[in-house]
Amino acid sequence: MKRCVRLVELAHARSGDKGDRADIGLFAYDAAGYALLRQAVTVQRLAEHFRGIATGPVELYPLDNLLALKIVLNGALQGGAARSLRSDNLGKCLGAALLRMEIELPDDYPTKGMDAQP
Amino acid sequence: MKTIRIGAGLGFYGDAWHPVAASIERGEVRYIGSDHLSELTLAILQKDRMKDPAAGYTRDLVPMMTALWPHAASRGVRFLLNAGGLNPEGAREALQAEFARRGWRARIATVTGDSVLERMDELRAAGEPLSHMDSGADIAAVRSRLLFASAYLGAAPLVEALARGADIVLTGRVADAALFMAPLIHEFGWGWDDYPQLAQALTVGHLLECSGQGSGGNFNAYARGGWQAVPDLAHIGYPIAQVAEDGTAVITKAPGTGGRIDFDTVRQQLLYEVHNPMRYVSPDVVLDLSTLRLTDLGGDRVQVTGAGGHPRPRRLKIVAGYADGWLGQAVVGYTWPGALEKARATEAIVRRRLAEQNLAYEEIHSEYLGYDSLLGPLADDAHVEELNEVYLRMAVRTPDKRLADAFPRQFPWLALSGPPTASGFSGIEPARALLGIWPTLAARELIEPQVRVSVTEVGL
Repeated sequence: MKRCVRLVELAHARSGDKGDRADIGLFAYDAAGYALLRQAVTVQRLAEHFRGIATGPVELYPLDNLLALKIVLNGALQGGAARSLRSDNLGKCLGAALLRMEIELPDDYPTKGMDAQP
Repeated sequence: MKTIRIGAGLGFYGDAWHPVAASIERGEVRYIGSDHLSELTLAILQKDRMKDPAAGYTRDLVPMMTALWPHAASRGVRFLLNAGGLNPEGAREALQAEFARRGWRARIATVTGDSVLERMDELRAAGEPLSHMDSGADIAAVRSRLLFASAYLGAAPLVEALARGADIVLTGRVADAALFMAPLIHEFGWGWDDYPQLAQALTVGHLLECSGQGSGGNFNAYARGGWQAVPDLAHIGYPIAQVAEDGTAVITKAPGTGGRIDFDTVRQQLLYEVHNPMRYVSPDVVLDLSTLRLTDLGGDRVQVTGAGGHPRPRRLKIVAGYADGWLGQAVVGYTWPGALEKARATEAIVRRRLAEQNLAYEEIHSEYLGYDSLLGPLADDAHVEELNEVYLRMAVRTPDKRLADAFPRQFPWLALSGPPTASGFSGIEPARALLGIWPTLAARELIEPQVRVSVTEVGL
């Protein structure tokens, strides 16, 4: 049976806004985690995860030098922070929302120190 | 090699300056760059200025400078602040009056010419459509509702102000990072085609412009000690950059302060709100972060090298704001048992009553504080029956201010006649103005000739 983990076990994240875009940085703790993020956190997967939030396309920019992914959710802020009706009008919590995404771990993935879920 | 130390000032209008005092007293900084403006801030300042033509700058300027200047002046620390907002001259007058009253000396410069609200038709006549940068929409749709329009200026006028001996440079809208790039360009004499150095300077500015967020504030690394492992947030040190003549930078903070500077806290800020990291556009250089290296030197020091730079864009970004209707809202809480169910029932009753009264709002938004108000559709719905308490928050959007003001009145009767335990009602809150943001572009030749730098001597 495949083991799944939430991204919160593999990475940290910070989100912000620009106009109607939410902008999330996702930072792997180590190279193995980054390799896994590169495979599992795809544009398609992100679009599914943020269905109901992002009304426009998702953009994904890998940065090997920082072990990080930059993710842009277009049309995610009800037109922009200053006209949004939401409590989180600036999208500050969307990084945490991303860390809830569950991905499958490969069989040989090192899980030392990781609280993997069955 | 010559190095210059620059410290972060405020990261927004309302930020704290006790960490700036620590950088001045113990951080050996020569310059402070202070960012008071967000897209939202200019709308607030526009409202201030409509009530009082002398206002329109951020009102934290005078108390902040009054607190910091005595420490700064004796050490020769110079300031660059975009606290001028929509009225840099008004900001200068207020600061000048306070300095004169205290018998303090300073050279205060202002940079103006960023505000283009009065020039929108002129810019269109000159061939700039001013259509929406992302959607391509025609500005005619919002033209009559515009409240402000400001171009993001680059570092050049700030460099001029420093060259003319300014101790304090007050600007309106400039690129946030320009507040930090200008001292480096001034000190090192870099040219406008020294792209690698300008790219390093832009990176430094980006790392410093959000104050404590660059040194362990608002930082999470839940699985590795987490935010709890960042020491002494109460006395966080804002980031300081030590930059060498070749552009190489070390990010650090004042000794004895809280917070943390390491690979993780720095890279989290590095990618903050950059959108395409291979093409982060500023008025002075286009930055490519894909070649950049962060080297953790230990002891709250991270070295930054290798930022890629490309020629500056031909056009400057303008951000305009327009009136975009009104928000009316109410919040009411319910306790266990079945808190969420009670709150949902109240929402259903309110929606039904609105329909029966033919009160048509453009949009009705509902969320449940304590359950999904921050995570929205990504909230976990396990254990909802056992939640201790849940607050319903409903917000409406309408072009009619009276309808927005009236919305909270749908709630009080439900305290006695609705689901049980209604408590913590937010009251009849007045409507809040909503603001649409209109980002657009205009040729720099149409903006830059209007930019003026003037220097005033106080008590000299």
